[in-house]
Amino acid sequence: MAEAMSQNRKAAFSLARHSTGIIASILFLAPIVWTVLSTFKPAQEARQPPLPPWPTTGFSIENYETLNSFGDGLWASAQNSIYVSVMTVILSVLVSVLAGYGFSRFRFPFRDFFFVLILSTIMIPFQSILTPIFLVLTKLGLHNTLTGLVCVYVTLQLPFSIFMMRNAFDAVPREIEEAARMDGASNVTMLVKVMLPLVWPGVVTIALFAFLGAWNEFLAALVLMTDQSKFTLPVMMTALQSGRFGAIDWGAVQAGVTVMMVPCLILFLALQRFYIRGLMAGAVK
Amino acid sequence: MASITVASAPARTRTRTGVGRRQWIGLLYVAPAVALVVVFFVIPLGMTAWMSLNNWPLMGEHSFVGLDNYAAILHDTRFWNALKFTFYYTVVVTIAIFAVAFPLAIFIERPRPLTNLYRTAFFMPAVVGFASASLLWSWLLNVDSGLFSPAAFDLGLTEKKVNLLATFQPAFWSIIAMVVWKVAGFTMIILMTGLQSIPQDLQEAAVIDGAGPFARFRLITLPLMRRTLALALILSVAGSILAFDQFYIILRGGPRNQTLTAVYWIFNQSFVSFKLGYGAALSMVLLVILVALSLIQLWLLRKPEGLD
Repeated sequence: MAEAMSQNRKAAFSLARHSTGIIASILFLAPIVWTVLSTFKPAQEARQPPLPPWPTTGFSIENYETLNSFGDGLWASAQNSIYVSVMTVILSVLVSVLAGYGFSRFRFPFRDFFFVLILSTIMIPFQSILTPIFLVLTKLGLHNTLTGLVCVYVTLQLPFSIFMMRNAFDAVPREIEEAARMDGASNVTMLVKVMLPLVWPGVVTIALFAFLGAWNEFLAALVLMTDQSKFTLPVMMTALQSGRFGAIDWGAVQAGVTVMMVPCLILFLALQRFYIRGLMAGAVK
Repeated sequence: MASITVASAPARTRTRTGVGRRQWIGLLYVAPAVALVVVFFVIPLGMTAWMSLNNWPLMGEHSFVGLDNYAAILHDTRFWNALKFTFYYTVVVTIAIFAVAFPLAIFIERPRPLTNLYRTAFFMPAVVGFASASLLWSWLLNVDSGLFSPAAFDLGLTEKKVNLLATFQPAFWSIIAMVVWKVAGFTMIILMTGLQSIPQDLQEAAVIDGAGPFARFRLITLPLMRRTLALALILSVAGSILAFDQFYIILRGGPRNQTLTAVYWIFNQSFVSFKLGYGAALSMVLLVILVALSLIQLWLLRKPEGLD
Protein backbone atom coordinates (compact mmCIF):
# COMPACT_ATOMS: atom_id res chain seq x y z
CA MET A 1 0.00 0.00 0.00
CA ALA A 2 2.67 2.44 1.10
CA GLU A 3 4.78 1.35 -1.81
CA ALA A 4 1.96 2.00 -4.26
CA MET A 5 1.57 5.48 -2.85
CA SER A 6 5.24 6.29 -3.22
CA GLN A 7 5.05 4.91 -6.76
CA ASN A 8 2.19 7.31 -7.45
CA ARG A 9 4.05 10.22 -5.95
CA LYS A 10 7.05 9.40 -8.06
CA ALA A 11 4.94 9.31 -11.20
CA ALA A 12 3.30 12.61 -10.30
CA PHE A 13 6.69 14.21 -9.67
CA SER A 14 8.01 12.92 -12.96
CA LEU A 15 4.94 14.18 -14.81
CA ALA A 16 5.25 17.63 -13.23
CA ARG A 17 8.96 17.73 -14.03
CA HIS A 18 8.56 16.79 -17.66
CA SER A 19 5.63 19.11 -18.28
CA THR A 20 7.65 21.99 -16.81
CA GLY A 21 10.64 20.98 -18.91
CA ILE A 22 8.65 20.71 -22.10
CA ILE A 23 6.78 24.00 -21.65
CA ALA A 24 10.00 25.85 -20.81
CA SER A 25 11.79 24.26 -23.77
CA ILE A 26 8.99 25.36 -26.09
CA LEU A 27 9.20 28.93 -24.77
CA PHE A 28 12.94 29.06 -25.42
CA LEU A 29 12.87 27.39 -28.82
CA ALA A 30 9.65 28.95 -30.20
CA PRO A 31 11.10 32.26 -31.45
CA ILE A 32 13.86 30.42 -33.34
CA VAL A 33 11.54 27.81 -34.84
CA TRP A 34 8.91 30.45 -35.65
CA THR A 35 11.44 32.50 -37.61
CA VAL A 36 12.99 29.61 -39.51
CA LEU A 37 9.58 28.24 -40.52
CA SER A 38 8.19 31.54 -41.71
CA THR A 39 11.17 32.24 -43.97
CA PHE A 40 9.82 29.55 -46.31
CA LYS A 41 6.63 31.47 -47.01
CA PRO A 42 6.17 33.20 -50.35
CA ALA A 43 6.99 36.93 -50.09
CA GLN A 44 3.33 37.94 -50.21
CA GLU A 45 2.46 35.71 -47.25
CA ALA A 46 5.60 36.67 -45.31
CA ARG A 47 4.28 40.24 -45.03
CA GLN A 48 1.31 39.01 -42.99
CA PRO A 49 1.55 38.18 -39.28
CA PRO A 50 3.07 34.70 -38.86
CA LEU A 51 -0.12 32.92 -37.77
CA PRO A 52 0.45 30.02 -38.21
CA PRO A 53 4.25 30.15 -38.51
CA TRP A 54 4.49 27.58 -41.31
CA PRO A 55 3.76 28.43 -44.95
CA THR A 56 0.10 27.98 -45.86
CA THR A 57 0.20 29.09 -49.48
CA GLY A 58 3.02 26.88 -50.63
CA PHE A 59 6.68 26.38 -49.82
CA SER A 60 9.06 28.95 -51.32
CA ILE A 61 12.62 30.21 -51.03
CA GLU A 62 11.67 33.57 -52.50
CA ASN A 63 12.73 35.39 -49.30
CA TYR A 64 16.26 34.10 -49.62
CA GLU A 65 16.37 35.09 -53.27
CA THR A 66 15.17 38.67 -52.66
CA LEU A 67 17.75 38.98 -49.90
CA ASN A 68 20.42 38.75 -52.54
CA SER A 69 19.01 41.75 -54.41
CA PHE A 70 19.59 44.36 -51.68
CA GLY A 71 22.74 46.45 -51.97
CA ASP A 72 25.66 44.16 -52.64
CA GLY A 73 23.54 41.21 -51.77
CA LEU A 74 23.31 38.76 -48.93
CA TRP A 75 25.99 36.55 -50.40
CA ALA A 76 28.54 39.37 -50.36
CA SER A 77 27.89 40.08 -46.66
CA ALA A 78 27.85 36.38 -45.87
CA GLN A 79 31.23 36.05 -47.55
CA ASN A 80 32.53 38.97 -45.49
CA SER A 81 31.21 37.37 -42.32
CA ILE A 82 32.71 34.00 -43.20
CA TYR A 83 36.06 35.57 -44.06
CA VAL A 84 36.18 37.62 -40.86
CA SER A 85 35.10 34.71 -38.65
CA VAL A 86 37.42 32.13 -40.20
CA MET A 87 40.40 34.49 -40.13
CA THR A 88 39.62 35.39 -36.52
CA VAL A 89 39.57 31.69 -35.65
CA ILE A 90 42.85 30.95 -37.44
CA LEU A 91 44.73 33.95 -36.08
CA SER A 92 43.46 33.77 -32.53
CA VAL A 93 44.25 30.05 -32.35
CA LEU A 94 47.73 30.63 -33.76
CA VAL A 95 48.54 33.58 -31.52
CA SER A 96 47.11 32.05 -28.36
CA VAL A 97 48.65 28.61 -28.82
CA LEU A 98 52.06 30.24 -29.20
CA ALA A 99 51.48 32.58 -26.27
CA GLY A 100 49.95 29.88 -24.08
CA TYR A 101 52.98 27.68 -24.71
CA GLY A 102 55.35 30.56 -24.07
CA PHE A 103 53.68 31.57 -20.80
CA SER A 104 53.45 27.98 -19.61
CA ARG A 105 56.91 26.66 -20.44
CA PHE A 106 59.43 29.51 -20.44
CA ARG A 107 60.72 31.92 -17.87
CA PHE A 108 61.68 35.22 -19.41
CA PRO A 109 61.83 38.83 -18.26
CA PHE A 110 58.46 40.57 -17.83
CA ARG A 111 56.63 37.27 -18.26
CA ASP A 112 54.21 37.88 -15.41
CA PHE A 113 53.79 41.51 -16.43
CA PHE A 114 52.80 40.56 -19.99
CA PHE A 115 50.43 37.86 -18.79
CA VAL A 116 48.64 40.19 -16.40
CA LEU A 117 48.61 42.92 -19.06
CA ILE A 118 46.82 40.65 -21.55
CA LEU A 119 44.35 39.30 -19.00
CA SER A 120 43.56 42.72 -17.58
CA THR A 121 42.25 43.96 -20.93
CA ILE A 122 39.12 42.00 -20.10
CA MET A 123 38.31 44.62 -17.46
CA ILE A 124 38.23 47.44 -20.02
CA PRO A 125 35.14 47.57 -22.23
CA PHE A 126 36.26 47.77 -25.88
CA GLN A 127 33.22 49.97 -26.52
CA SER A 128 35.06 52.77 -24.77
CA ILE A 129 38.14 52.63 -27.02
CA LEU A 130 36.45 52.23 -30.41
CA THR A 131 37.24 55.73 -31.64
CA PRO A 132 41.02 55.40 -31.17
CA ILE A 133 40.89 51.88 -32.66
CA PHE A 134 39.29 53.51 -35.69
CA LEU A 135 42.16 56.05 -35.83
CA VAL A 136 44.84 53.38 -35.31
CA LEU A 137 43.40 51.31 -38.16
CA THR A 138 43.43 54.40 -40.37
CA LYS A 139 47.11 55.02 -39.50
CA LEU A 140 47.94 51.41 -40.37
CA GLY A 141 46.11 51.66 -43.69
CA LEU A 142 43.61 49.07 -42.43
CA HIS A 143 40.75 51.54 -42.30
CA ASN A 144 37.52 50.02 -43.62
CA THR A 145 39.14 46.65 -44.34
CA LEU A 146 38.02 43.23 -43.18
CA THR A 147 41.63 42.53 -42.12
CA GLY A 148 41.45 45.47 -39.72
CA LEU A 149 38.24 44.10 -38.23
CA VAL A 150 39.92 40.68 -37.84
CA CYS A 151 42.81 42.27 -35.91
CA VAL A 152 40.35 43.88 -33.50
CA TYR A 153 38.37 40.65 -33.03
CA VAL A 154 41.52 38.60 -32.43
CA THR A 155 42.69 41.09 -29.79
CA LEU A 156 39.31 40.88 -28.04
CA GLN A 157 39.60 37.06 -27.93
CA LEU A 158 43.12 36.98 -26.51
CA PRO A 159 42.50 37.28 -22.75
CA PHE A 160 40.11 34.32 -22.74
CA SER A 161 41.97 32.14 -25.22
CA ILE A 162 45.47 32.73 -23.83
CA PHE A 163 44.19 31.99 -20.33
CA MET A 164 42.63 28.77 -21.66
CA MET A 165 45.76 27.70 -23.54
CA ARG A 166 48.14 28.54 -20.72
CA ASN A 167 46.09 26.28 -18.43
CA ALA A 168 45.93 23.56 -21.08
CA PHE A 169 49.72 23.55 -21.49
CA ASP A 170 50.21 23.69 -17.71
CA ALA A 171 48.21 20.46 -17.46
CA VAL A 172 50.64 18.57 -19.73
CA PRO A 173 53.24 16.74 -17.61
CA ARG A 174 56.78 17.97 -18.14
CA GLU A 175 58.11 14.42 -18.44
CA ILE A 176 56.55 14.15 -21.89
CA GLU A 177 58.54 17.15 -23.05
CA GLU A 178 61.76 15.95 -21.43
CA ALA A 179 61.42 12.62 -23.23
CA ALA A 180 60.85 14.31 -26.57
CA ARG A 181 63.78 16.64 -25.97
CA MET A 182 66.00 13.63 -25.31
CA ASP A 183 64.99 12.43 -28.76
CA GLY A 184 66.30 15.72 -30.10
CA ALA A 185 63.02 17.49 -30.86
CA SER A 186 63.33 21.25 -31.38
CA ASN A 187 60.99 23.72 -29.72
CA VAL A 188 58.76 24.03 -32.76
CA THR A 189 58.60 20.30 -33.49
CA MET A 190 57.83 19.77 -29.84
CA LEU A 191 54.95 22.22 -29.91
CA VAL A 192 53.39 20.93 -33.13
CA LYS A 193 54.04 17.19 -32.91
CA VAL A 194 54.06 16.52 -29.17
CA MET A 195 52.12 19.23 -27.37
CA LEU A 196 49.39 20.18 -29.82
CA PRO A 197 47.68 16.76 -29.85
CA LEU A 198 47.57 16.92 -26.05
CA VAL A 199 45.95 20.37 -25.82
CA TRP A 200 43.59 19.77 -28.74
CA PRO A 201 40.35 20.11 -26.70
CA GLY A 202 41.45 23.55 -25.55
CA VAL A 203 42.14 24.57 -29.15
CA VAL A 204 38.64 23.51 -30.22
CA THR A 205 37.14 25.51 -27.35
CA ILE A 206 38.96 28.73 -28.18
CA ALA A 207 38.27 28.27 -31.91
CA LEU A 208 34.55 27.91 -31.18
CA PHE A 209 34.44 31.03 -29.01
CA ALA A 210 36.46 32.99 -31.58
CA PHE A 211 34.06 32.01 -34.35
CA LEU A 212 30.90 32.84 -32.41
CA GLY A 213 32.41 36.09 -31.17
CA ALA A 214 33.41 37.29 -34.63
CA TRP A 215 30.27 36.02 -36.38
CA ASN A 216 27.92 37.78 -33.95
CA GLU A 217 29.81 41.00 -33.17
CA PHE A 218 27.85 44.10 -34.13
CA LEU A 219 29.05 47.43 -32.71
CA ALA A 220 32.68 47.32 -33.89
CA ALA A 221 31.61 46.13 -37.34
CA LEU A 222 29.01 48.91 -37.49
CA VAL A 223 31.55 51.57 -36.57
CA LEU A 224 34.61 50.35 -38.43
CA MET A 225 33.07 49.15 -41.72
CA THR A 226 31.79 52.25 -43.48
CA ASP A 227 31.68 50.86 -47.01
CA GLN A 228 28.61 48.78 -47.82
CA SER A 229 30.67 46.21 -49.72
CA LYS A 230 32.50 45.47 -46.43
CA PHE A 231 29.38 44.99 -44.28
CA THR A 232 29.19 41.80 -42.24
CA LEU A 233 25.83 40.06 -41.90
CA PRO A 234 24.65 41.79 -38.68
CA VAL A 235 25.42 45.25 -40.10
CA MET A 236 23.90 44.43 -43.49
CA MET A 237 20.73 42.99 -41.97
CA THR A 238 20.32 45.96 -39.63
CA ALA A 239 20.62 48.29 -42.62
CA LEU A 240 17.91 46.26 -44.36
CA GLN A 241 15.71 46.19 -41.24
CA SER A 242 16.03 49.96 -40.80
CA GLY A 243 14.52 50.48 -44.23
CA ARG A 244 17.73 51.66 -45.85
CA PHE A 245 16.81 49.75 -49.02
CA GLY A 246 13.20 50.95 -49.18
CA ALA A 247 10.15 49.40 -47.52
CA ILE A 248 11.13 46.81 -44.94
CA ASP A 249 10.78 43.31 -46.32
CA TRP A 250 10.22 41.26 -43.16
CA GLY A 251 10.41 37.99 -45.06
CA ALA A 252 13.90 38.88 -46.22
CA VAL A 253 14.91 40.07 -42.73
CA GLN A 254 13.84 36.73 -41.27
CA ALA A 255 15.72 34.88 -44.00
CA GLY A 256 18.83 36.88 -43.08
CA VAL A 257 18.33 36.20 -39.37
CA THR A 258 18.09 32.50 -40.19
CA VAL A 259 21.36 32.63 -42.12
CA MET A 260 22.95 34.35 -39.11
CA MET A 261 21.55 31.94 -36.51
CA VAL A 262 21.89 28.53 -38.13
CA PRO A 263 25.72 28.28 -38.19
CA CYS A 264 25.85 29.19 -34.48
CA LEU A 265 23.21 26.62 -33.58
CA ILE A 266 24.84 23.85 -35.63
CA LEU A 267 28.31 24.59 -34.23
CA PHE A 268 26.95 24.66 -30.70
CA LEU A 269 25.06 21.38 -31.08
CA ALA A 270 28.09 19.68 -32.63
CA LEU A 271 30.62 21.05 -30.13
CA GLN A 272 28.46 21.52 -27.03
CA ARG A 273 30.98 19.69 -24.85
CA PHE A 274 33.72 22.17 -25.76
CA TYR A 275 31.43 25.15 -25.32
CA ILE A 276 30.40 24.17 -21.81
CA ARG A 277 34.08 23.45 -21.03
CA GLY A 278 34.96 26.98 -22.03
CA LEU A 279 32.17 28.43 -19.92
CA MET A 280 33.28 26.40 -16.93
CA ALA A 281 36.89 27.43 -17.36
CA GLY A 282 35.74 31.04 -17.49
CA ALA A 283 33.38 30.53 -14.57
CA VAL A 284 35.69 28.75 -12.17
CA LYS A 285 38.80 30.82 -12.80
CA MET B 1 41.08 25.65 -10.00
CA ALA B 2 43.93 27.92 -10.86
CA SER B 3 43.38 31.55 -10.08
CA ILE B 4 44.17 34.42 -12.41
CA THR B 5 47.40 35.01 -10.61
CA VAL B 6 50.41 33.68 -12.41
CA ALA B 7 51.61 30.28 -11.32
CA SER B 8 55.33 30.32 -11.74
CA ALA B 9 56.90 27.35 -13.43
CA PRO B 10 58.65 24.98 -11.09
CA ALA B 11 62.31 25.84 -10.89
CA ARG B 12 64.23 23.59 -13.20
CA THR B 13 67.78 22.51 -12.70
CA ARG B 14 70.07 23.70 -15.42
CA THR B 15 71.38 20.43 -16.65
CA ARG B 16 72.56 21.67 -20.01
CA THR B 17 74.24 24.75 -21.31
CA GLY B 18 71.93 27.05 -23.22
CA VAL B 19 68.99 26.51 -20.92
CA GLY B 20 69.12 30.16 -19.91
CA ARG B 21 69.11 31.27 -23.50
CA ARG B 22 66.28 28.90 -24.26
CA GLN B 23 64.10 30.61 -21.66
CA TRP B 24 64.42 33.86 -23.62
CA ILE B 25 62.82 32.20 -26.63
CA GLY B 26 59.56 32.33 -24.66
CA LEU B 27 59.52 36.03 -25.43
CA LEU B 28 59.25 35.18 -29.13
CA TYR B 29 56.26 32.93 -28.48
CA VAL B 30 54.30 35.61 -26.65
CA ALA B 31 55.45 38.49 -28.89
CA PRO B 32 52.53 38.36 -31.40
CA ALA B 33 49.97 38.39 -28.60
CA VAL B 34 51.69 41.24 -26.79
CA ALA B 35 52.04 43.21 -30.03
CA LEU B 36 48.31 42.87 -30.81
CA VAL B 37 47.30 43.87 -27.29
CA VAL B 38 49.62 46.87 -27.36
CA VAL B 39 48.55 48.12 -30.81
CA PHE B 40 44.82 47.45 -30.52
CA PHE B 41 44.28 47.91 -26.81
CA VAL B 42 46.97 49.70 -24.83
CA ILE B 43 47.63 52.44 -27.40
CA PRO B 44 43.91 53.08 -28.04
CA LEU B 45 43.38 53.22 -24.29
CA GLY B 46 46.08 55.86 -23.92
CA MET B 47 44.64 57.72 -26.92
CA THR B 48 41.18 57.74 -25.34
CA ALA B 49 42.61 59.48 -22.30
CA TRP B 50 44.52 61.98 -24.49
CA MET B 51 41.62 62.61 -26.86
CA SER B 52 39.31 63.32 -23.95
CA LEU B 53 41.46 66.41 -23.24
CA ASN B 54 41.12 67.67 -26.79
CA ASN B 55 38.57 69.11 -29.12
CA TRP B 56 38.89 66.44 -31.79
CA PRO B 57 36.77 66.68 -34.93
CA LEU B 58 36.85 63.92 -37.54
CA MET B 59 38.45 66.21 -40.12
CA GLY B 60 40.90 69.00 -39.43
CA GLU B 61 43.16 69.85 -36.53
CA HIS B 62 42.47 68.92 -32.95
CA SER B 63 43.22 71.35 -30.17
CA PHE B 64 44.00 70.88 -26.50
CA VAL B 65 41.15 72.04 -24.28
CA GLY B 66 42.13 70.59 -20.90
CA LEU B 67 39.19 69.42 -18.87
CA ASP B 68 36.57 71.29 -20.91
CA ASN B 69 35.04 68.06 -22.19
CA TYR B 70 34.61 66.78 -18.67
CA ALA B 71 33.10 70.07 -17.61
CA ALA B 72 30.69 69.77 -20.52
CA ILE B 73 29.67 66.30 -19.34
CA LEU B 74 28.47 67.79 -16.07
CA HIS B 75 25.89 69.81 -18.00
CA ASP B 76 25.02 67.09 -20.49
CA THR B 77 21.60 66.14 -19.13
CA ARG B 78 21.01 63.71 -21.98
CA PHE B 79 24.12 61.75 -21.01
CA TRP B 80 23.03 61.61 -17.37
CA ASN B 81 19.57 60.54 -18.49
CA ALA B 82 21.17 57.84 -20.63
CA LEU B 83 23.28 56.72 -17.66
CA LYS B 84 20.24 56.74 -15.40
CA PHE B 85 18.30 54.68 -17.92
CA THR B 86 21.24 52.27 -18.29
CA PHE B 87 21.35 51.67 -14.54
CA TYR B 88 17.58 51.25 -14.36
CA TYR B 89 17.73 48.74 -17.21
CA THR B 90 20.66 46.93 -15.58
CA VAL B 91 18.85 46.49 -12.27
CA VAL B 92 15.59 45.35 -13.84
CA VAL B 93 17.11 42.98 -16.38
CA THR B 94 19.51 41.42 -13.85
CA ILE B 95 16.67 40.68 -11.44
CA ALA B 96 14.59 39.27 -14.30
CA ILE B 97 17.44 37.08 -15.57
CA PHE B 98 18.12 35.65 -12.12
CA ALA B 99 14.41 35.08 -11.46
CA VAL B 100 14.32 32.86 -14.55
CA ALA B 101 17.82 31.38 -14.51
CA PHE B 102 17.94 30.25 -10.88
CA PRO B 103 14.87 27.97 -11.01
CA LEU B 104 16.13 26.62 -14.34
CA ALA B 105 19.55 25.88 -12.84
CA ILE B 106 17.93 23.96 -9.98
CA PHE B 107 15.73 22.18 -12.52
CA ILE B 108 18.65 20.88 -14.58
CA GLU B 109 21.24 20.53 -11.86
CA ARG B 110 21.05 16.78 -11.26
CA PRO B 111 21.22 14.19 -14.04
CA ARG B 112 17.74 12.75 -14.54
CA PRO B 113 16.08 11.44 -17.70
CA LEU B 114 16.01 14.07 -20.49
CA THR B 115 17.87 16.68 -18.40
CA ASN B 116 20.51 17.13 -21.07
CA LEU B 117 17.85 17.72 -23.69
CA TYR B 118 16.13 20.39 -21.59
CA ARG B 119 19.44 22.04 -20.79
CA THR B 120 20.34 22.26 -24.46
CA ALA B 121 16.93 23.69 -25.32
CA PHE B 122 17.16 26.39 -22.63
CA PHE B 123 20.65 27.27 -23.75
CA MET B 124 20.03 27.54 -27.51
CA PRO B 125 19.13 31.27 -27.57
CA ALA B 126 22.40 32.04 -25.75
CA VAL B 127 24.54 31.03 -28.74
CA VAL B 128 22.58 33.26 -31.10
CA GLY B 129 24.17 36.70 -31.36
CA PHE B 130 22.59 39.77 -29.79
CA ALA B 131 22.18 41.32 -33.22
CA SER B 132 20.39 38.25 -34.63
CA ALA B 133 18.19 38.02 -31.56
CA SER B 134 17.36 41.72 -31.79
CA LEU B 135 16.47 41.47 -35.49
CA LEU B 136 14.34 38.43 -34.74
CA TRP B 137 12.45 40.17 -31.96
CA SER B 138 12.07 43.42 -33.87
CA TRP B 139 9.98 41.33 -36.25
CA LEU B 140 8.02 39.54 -33.50
CA LEU B 141 7.30 42.95 -31.94
CA ASN B 142 6.32 44.66 -35.21
CA VAL B 143 2.77 45.95 -35.16
CA ASP B 144 1.78 44.92 -38.68
CA SER B 145 3.88 41.92 -39.68
CA GLY B 146 4.90 40.68 -36.23
CA LEU B 147 3.51 38.09 -33.88
CA PHE B 148 2.51 39.54 -30.52
CA SER B 149 0.20 42.43 -31.45
CA PRO B 150 -1.67 40.57 -34.22
CA ALA B 151 -1.97 37.46 -32.05
CA ALA B 152 -3.35 39.45 -29.11
CA PHE B 153 -5.77 41.16 -31.50
CA ASP B 154 -6.89 37.88 -33.07
CA LEU B 155 -7.46 36.34 -29.66
CA GLY B 156 -9.63 39.33 -28.75
CA LEU B 157 -7.31 40.48 -25.96
CA THR B 158 -6.95 43.96 -27.47
CA GLU B 159 -9.49 46.00 -29.42
CA LYS B 160 -7.00 47.02 -32.06
CA LYS B 161 -3.42 46.11 -32.90
CA VAL B 162 -1.25 47.79 -30.26
CA ASN B 163 2.14 49.09 -31.34
CA LEU B 164 4.31 47.72 -28.55
CA LEU B 165 7.27 49.86 -29.55
CA ALA B 166 5.45 53.20 -29.57
CA THR B 167 5.43 53.96 -25.84
CA PHE B 168 8.06 53.51 -23.18
CA GLN B 169 6.60 50.88 -20.87
CA PRO B 170 5.68 48.16 -23.39
CA ALA B 171 8.84 48.86 -25.41
CA PHE B 172 11.05 48.59 -22.32
CA TRP B 173 9.45 45.38 -21.08
CA SER B 174 9.63 43.88 -24.56
CA ILE B 175 13.39 44.40 -24.49
CA ILE B 176 13.56 42.86 -21.02
CA ALA B 177 11.65 39.80 -22.28
CA MET B 178 13.97 39.48 -25.27
CA VAL B 179 17.14 39.75 -23.18
CA VAL B 180 15.89 37.26 -20.59
CA TRP B 181 15.05 34.85 -23.41
CA LYS B 182 18.53 35.26 -24.85
CA VAL B 183 20.65 35.33 -21.67
CA ALA B 184 18.85 33.17 -19.07
CA GLY B 185 20.34 29.93 -20.44
CA PHE B 186 23.85 31.33 -20.10
CA THR B 187 23.34 32.44 -16.49
CA MET B 188 21.66 29.09 -15.81
CA ILE B 189 24.81 27.16 -16.79
CA ILE B 190 27.01 29.33 -14.57
CA LEU B 191 24.65 28.90 -11.61
CA MET B 192 24.49 25.17 -12.32
CA THR B 193 28.27 24.85 -11.90
CA GLY B 194 27.89 26.49 -8.50
CA LEU B 195 25.06 24.19 -7.46
CA GLN B 196 26.96 21.12 -8.58
CA SER B 197 30.00 22.09 -6.54
CA ILE B 198 28.02 21.82 -3.29
CA PRO B 199 28.79 18.47 -1.68
CA GLN B 200 25.74 16.23 -1.73
CA ASP B 201 26.38 14.83 1.76
CA LEU B 202 26.13 18.32 3.22
CA GLN B 203 22.55 18.58 2.00
CA GLU B 204 21.78 15.05 3.20
CA ALA B 205 23.18 15.78 6.64
CA ALA B 206 20.96 18.85 6.83
CA VAL B 207 17.92 16.74 5.89
CA ILE B 208 18.74 14.34 8.72
CA ASP B 209 19.04 17.30 11.09
CA GLY B 210 15.50 18.21 10.05
CA ALA B 211 16.19 21.25 7.88
CA GLY B 212 13.40 22.03 5.42
CA PRO B 213 14.11 22.79 1.77
CA PHE B 214 13.84 26.54 2.36
CA ALA B 215 16.28 26.49 5.28
CA ARG B 216 18.69 24.32 3.29
CA PHE B 217 18.58 26.75 0.39
CA ARG B 218 19.22 29.75 2.63
CA LEU B 219 21.80 28.23 4.95
CA ILE B 220 23.72 25.87 2.65
CA THR B 221 23.08 26.57 -1.03
CA LEU B 222 23.34 30.37 -1.01
CA PRO B 223 26.46 30.75 1.18
CA LEU B 224 28.33 28.00 -0.67
CA MET B 225 27.42 29.56 -4.01
CA ARG B 226 28.74 32.97 -3.07
CA ARG B 227 31.50 33.05 -5.69
CA THR B 228 29.34 31.65 -8.48
CA LEU B 229 26.53 34.05 -7.64
CA ALA B 230 28.97 36.95 -7.63
CA LEU B 231 30.35 35.90 -11.01
CA ALA B 232 26.92 35.52 -12.62
CA LEU B 233 25.86 38.83 -11.10
CA ILE B 234 28.91 40.73 -12.34
CA LEU B 235 28.68 39.23 -15.83
CA SER B 236 25.06 40.28 -16.02
CA VAL B 237 25.68 43.76 -14.63
CA ALA B 238 28.73 44.47 -16.81
CA GLY B 239 26.97 43.15 -19.92
CA SER B 240 23.87 45.23 -19.23
CA ILE B 241 25.75 48.46 -18.59
CA LEU B 242 27.35 48.04 -22.02
CA ALA B 243 24.01 47.25 -23.72
CA PHE B 244 23.73 48.65 -27.22
CA ASP B 245 22.65 46.16 -29.91
CA GLN B 246 19.08 45.57 -28.78
CA PHE B 247 18.31 49.26 -28.15
CA TYR B 248 19.84 50.30 -31.46
CA ILE B 249 18.27 47.57 -33.56
CA ILE B 250 14.81 47.26 -32.02
CA LEU B 251 14.11 50.77 -30.71
CA ARG B 252 16.69 53.13 -32.30
CA GLY B 253 16.84 54.69 -28.85
CA GLY B 254 13.16 55.55 -29.05
CA PRO B 255 10.38 56.14 -28.22
CA ARG B 256 11.39 59.82 -27.89
CA ASN B 257 15.04 58.96 -27.06
CA GLN B 258 13.92 57.42 -23.78
CA THR B 259 15.92 54.23 -24.28
CA LEU B 260 19.30 55.69 -25.19
CA THR B 261 21.90 53.76 -23.20
CA ALA B 262 25.33 55.05 -22.19
CA VAL B 263 27.13 53.23 -25.02
CA TYR B 264 24.44 54.39 -27.46
CA TRP B 265 24.99 58.02 -26.42
CA ILE B 266 28.76 57.66 -26.81
CA PHE B 267 28.19 56.08 -30.22
CA ASN B 268 25.97 59.02 -31.22
CA GLN B 269 28.45 61.63 -30.03
CA SER B 270 31.48 59.92 -31.61
CA PHE B 271 30.17 58.45 -34.82
CA VAL B 272 27.04 60.43 -35.66
CA SER B 273 28.03 63.91 -34.45
CA PHE B 274 31.77 63.14 -34.85
CA LYS B 275 32.70 64.89 -31.60
CA LEU B 276 35.52 62.42 -31.03
CA GLY B 277 37.12 64.25 -28.11
CA TYR B 278 33.84 64.58 -26.26
CA GLY B 279 33.01 60.94 -27.02
CA ALA B 280 36.38 59.96 -25.54
CA ALA B 281 35.63 61.87 -22.34
CA LEU B 282 32.27 60.09 -22.08
CA SER B 283 34.11 56.80 -22.70
CA MET B 284 36.46 57.56 -19.81
CA VAL B 285 33.48 57.95 -17.49
CA LEU B 286 32.07 54.60 -18.65
CA LEU B 287 35.48 53.01 -18.34
CA VAL B 288 35.91 54.14 -14.75
CA ILE B 289 32.51 52.66 -13.88
CA LEU B 290 33.39 49.31 -15.48
CA VAL B 291 36.85 49.11 -13.89
CA ALA B 292 35.29 49.86 -10.50
CA LEU B 293 32.89 46.99 -11.15
CA SER B 294 35.78 44.68 -12.04
CA LEU B 295 37.52 45.57 -8.80
CA ILE B 296 34.34 44.78 -6.88
CA GLN B 297 34.25 41.52 -8.79
CA LEU B 298 37.80 40.59 -7.78
CA TRP B 299 36.89 41.34 -4.18
CA LEU B 300 33.69 39.28 -4.31
CA LEU B 301 35.45 36.40 -6.06
CA ARG B 302 38.29 36.22 -3.57
CA LYS B 303 38.81 32.76 -2.18
CA PRO B 304 36.77 32.21 0.98
CA GLU B 305 39.02 32.41 4.03
CA GLY B 306 40.14 29.11 5.44
CA LEU B 307 39.29 27.23 2.25
CA ASP B 308 41.57 26.18 -0.60
